[in-house]
Amino acid sequence: MDRSDAPALGDAPTLSAADATLVDDLLDGSHRALARVITKIENRTPGYRAIVSALHEHTGGADIVGVTGSPGAGKSTLVDKLAAAYRDRGDTVGVIAVDPSSPYTGGALLGDRIRMGSNVGDMDVFFRSMSARGQLGGLSTATADAVKALDAFGKDVVILETVGAGQNEVDVVRTADTVAVLVQPGSGDDVQTLKAGILEIGDVFVVNKADMDGAQRTVAELEEMVHRREGGTTGRDAVRGGSPRLRSRGRVRERRVRRARTGIRRVVDAGGVRDRRKHR
Amino acid sequence: MSAEQQERAVRCLVAKVGLDGHDRGAHVIARAFRDAGFEVVYSGLHRAPDDIVQAAVQEDVDVLGISILSGAHNTLVPKVIEGLEEYDAFDDTLVLVGGIIPDEDEADLKELGVAEVFGPGTPMEETIEFIRNNVPERA
Repeated sequence: MDRSDAPALGDAPTLSAADATLVDDLLDGSHRALARVITKIENRTPGYRAIVSALHEHTGGADIVGVTGSPGAGKSTLVDKLAAAYRDRGDTVGVIAVDPSSPYTGGALLGDRIRMGSNVGDMDVFFRSMSARGQLGGLSTATADAVKALDAFGKDVVILETVGAGQNEVDVVRTADTVAVLVQPGSGDDVQTLKAGILEIGDVFVVNKADMDGAQRTVAELEEMVHRREGGTTGRDAVRGGSPRLRSRGRVRERRVRRARTGIRRVVDAGGVRDRRKHR
Repeated sequence: MSAEQQERAVRCLVAKVGLDGHDRGAHVIARAFRDAGFEVVYSGLHRAPDDIVQAAVQEDVDVLGISILSGAHNTLVPKVIEGLEEYDAFDDTLVLVGGIIPDEDEADLKELGVAEVFGPGTPMEETIEFIRNNVPERA
């Protein structure tokens, strides 16, 4: 593999001329460049790290909202409506929707786009489907860097939709500022709400399909669970601008610091830094 | 080091354009592409040409497969291709058309820049092989 691409302590990875143009085009608002940058990040095309590090200084402006829940809970539909609501307020929106990849062929059917009915034709909603490419935490390895690309592009809100989650797909909490967990009525008894995992990471709980039997009961169970920690929240404003739990910007900052640490650790684990030391 | 290996996947958009409500074929194709190891984005039904262009650009697909059974291909396909050109995305996207396309229209579509037209009864392997052999090289 290309050694020159591995970042060493102290020096920034160098950007090729073509990639520098790509970064400039992205920052100038080219959708094509943004799409291509995300592809390079996904494919780990040699040089992608230099691109991400060039974009880094332009990030930090976007609110990152994670949406997770079981398959068929209505994540994509909610994301579509959320995106439309943000657009009504004049915000620009980026969406990354992750779907699972086949353990047999590596292929994937990315079907989240079908639900984006409210935003078709609106180029200020940049929607990107992503395969999990074998990752088990609900996101792909490339997701966090792709969010950075959307942030640097200037999106006000980036919505991150996970793979249909079970109990343990909790990676989204390491990438998003705010996490919404969708729960369907009839998802089990109140012991489920005592369990560790996905129900722990929600800042906002959405009981979807509320016309189904048992919706009130599910709300009550979740409320009880939430009361055991801190106050719950309602509505769109809870997400954009901070829920009570997140209202202190300190908490968001804390998450962002934690996220940076996760990112650094990933680079180190990938061998870049350690290997470079070996080369000395 | 496996975490840093380059991972190139063929990305396809399977698109239904216009007032054509028959998507069984598109579903079968999408599934076959998935089984071939491709990453397949499905557009859903009744999309306008602009929606397809938006999807192709944002998803940065290598292959755009348009399924049309309504007979409106001579109207819809040129609009999609124009849109791709507008975003500078036509040159490195392989555009395929599948469905009911009369022979006399096939030549016109190819003239426009459609790489191949696949009619009813085309073996799945043929389409997949064609994509593998013709997927655009990218930097």
